[in-house]
Amino acid sequence: MKTSELIAALAATDAAPVRPATAASRLAPAALVGALVAAGVLALCLGFQPLTGAAHASWFWMKAGYSLAAALAGLLLLVRLARPGARPGWAGVAIGVAAFALIWMMAMHGAMRAGADRQAALWLGSSWRMCPWRILALAAPIYLAVVLVLRRLAPTRLVLAGATAGLLAGGLAAAVYGLYCQESAAPFVAVWYSLGIAASALVGAMLGPRLLRW
Amino acid sequence: MVAAQAGDGQAQARLLTLLAGRLRGFFAKRLSGRAEDVEDLVQEALLAIHVKRATYDPRFDFTPWAYAIARYKLIDHFRRTGGRINVALDDAGELLATENPEEGAVRRDVASLLARLPPRQRALMRDVKLEGYSVEEAAGRAGMSATAVKVSVHRSMKRLMKEVDDEDL
Repeated sequence: MKTSELIAALAATDAAPVRPATAASRLAPAALVGALVAAGVLALCLGFQPLTGAAHASWFWMKAGYSLAAALAGLLLLVRLARPGARPGWAGVAIGVAAFALIWMMAMHGAMRAGADRQAALWLGSSWRMCPWRILALAAPIYLAVVLVLRRLAPTRLVLAGATAGLLAGGLAAAVYGLYCQESAAPFVAVWYSLGIAASALVGAMLGPRLLRW
Repeated sequence: MVAAQAGDGQAQARLLTLLAGRLRGFFAKRLSGRAEDVEDLVQEALLAIHVKRATYDPRFDFTPWAYAIARYKLIDHFRRTGGRINVALDDAGELLATENPEEGAVRRDVASLLARLPPRQRALMRDVKLEGYSVEEAAGRAGMSATAVKVSVHRSMKRLMKEVDDEDL
């Protein structure tokens, strides 16, 4: 086929108007839908903790804040990565790094004030074995929803886009998991929530080149 | 591109035709002259640019967007052909570079423009305007008088400028 024929065919048969897609306007709803699915799965499998009490607790909001900051960082980065030729967004990186630094400062602060006998409870809680895995599992539906949208956009760096989609999914999944998880110590969150989110980003990076090619 | 996004098929055709020429140069330079591969890639990139036209955000420059897609298709091509292609070490940086697509296009444009001149004028233009010889040196190399070189270069410039103007209209 000659290139000129291709052009003529494209312009003649398939020139429907398109709305310029601001990536955020498509990615954020997808992520929310995924998060709702994850919340539904959580409700079915584990149930929620009594939220009326938790909503008054500062530790509940600490976990939600950290998780959502990670998700926001992922979203901001992903918006750039979904558009060819866009420069990387430093706002996303800054939010991610700041959230991580803040939670670790809170963790060190809490751990140093506590006595030696309480260190294990602070760092391991009662659910450290399960926490990262559950976050990773809850991230799956969110990652899937985000990837479905991302495929219709145009990411050109697939590993990075996959990792960032994983970060977004992991952050939201951790926020959803916070509806169940009653761990209240900053050190626990700094280690195990971070690990779950990081695992999600890692899996996302590995799947990215396969799922996102176009 | 904005008109094409709004559904103007004619604008879309003009844009793609213009891009086809640029992309041909872009790919030809990086594939060291396998003509069918170049044409395949041009078509693939045009198709991608057409299909993904919704992802172009009119608030930003068009060129980086289009070349990012072209580069993506090029890397995809290298991946599919399994590294059988040797990229000269000098060019390897360009594959990894994120942000200097225009330079290659400019160089390519200059070369294609020069190709339209008769050989003698082309050689003089290259010597004087690109290689940095003085008019006298170029005259010596070509075995002509300095005045004749000046006149020839001046005519070449005028002709090329006219042709570029005509194309842009």
